[in-house]
Amino acid sequence: MSLLLYRIDDRLIHGQVVVGWGQPLALKFIVLVDDDVASSEWEQELYRMGVPPGMDVYFHSVSDMDTRLRGYQDEQRAGLLLVGSIDTMQRLVVAHPALRTVNVGGVHFAEGRAQRLRYVFLTPTEEATLRDLQTRGVDVTAQDLPGTRPMALDELLTTRQDG
Amino acid sequence: MSDTPVVVAVVAGHGRFADGLVSAVEQITGRGAAFVPVSNTGLSPSDLEALIGSSLDSTGARVVFTDLPAGSCTMATRRIQRLRRDVVLVTGANVAVLMEFLFAAENALGTPVGGLSNVAALATTAADKARHTIVVSGG
Repeated sequence: MSLLLYRIDDRLIHGQVVVGWGQPLALKFIVLVDDDVASSEWEQELYRMGVPPGMDVYFHSVSDMDTRLRGYQDEQRAGLLLVGSIDTMQRLVVAHPALRTVNVGGVHFAEGRAQRLRYVFLTPTEEATLRDLQTRGVDVTAQDLPGTRPMALDELLTTRQDG
Repeated sequence: MSDTPVVVAVVAGHGRFADGLVSAVEQITGRGAAFVPVSNTGLSPSDLEALIGSSLDSTGARVVFTDLPAGSCTMATRRIQRLRRDVVLVTGANVAVLMEFLFAAENALGTPVGGLSNVAALATTAADKARHTIVVSGG
């Protein structure tokens, strides 16, 4: 079982994660890796309230994962690792080169970002970071839900949507 | 009661959830204008929080109905509640709870001493009543 998905989603825990992916993957736990959330009891309680019964959520900083990632990968239960930004995922990949797949699930509009998909907006720096992950051997795809077609990074970065 | 529609709550959810609920309320009661629909589609967490917040501010409503307890609209409203203790959140909304709340709120508004001083109690009562409208039969 182990960690079935390594997802970038700026909404962190929300409907697509706990239901959209949670049901078909029969997820039993979420590992939320975010330095801010890991240092805030209030943020953790907020996200804990969003997790349905029967699903655990664990909060960690990026540095925590130095000692914790292997344990989650060896879990017998199905899990999902979740980060809120491309930068955070890059830090994880640099620290854990064995991490091979990354799902871009939600990076929404902000100043300086160009729209690539309905749910993916990227700055040039973020595009370069995703390219860096690819160079490191990571299979980067964009996919919001299990039923939609995963889009490879090369296609994602040549896709442009307006409005 | 004034002829001017009074917005009693914001309805927020995934996709066209809110539009659908509000259109159903409109079709059944003619009072759809009492609710402001908000969709999370395409919005970042901060933009969604800002939209729900501005919808509350511009209408004076203090109640937000959302779809999923784990949904981004629920999360955004909980963040608003951190700063605004008077905001009431109701998750798992359906047409029944909106109508129950609508009529309870209108009755309260029409009562000179009632006002909407206790929207949390009105929302709780509406949720309790609406919960019983989910019925399974057959099979």
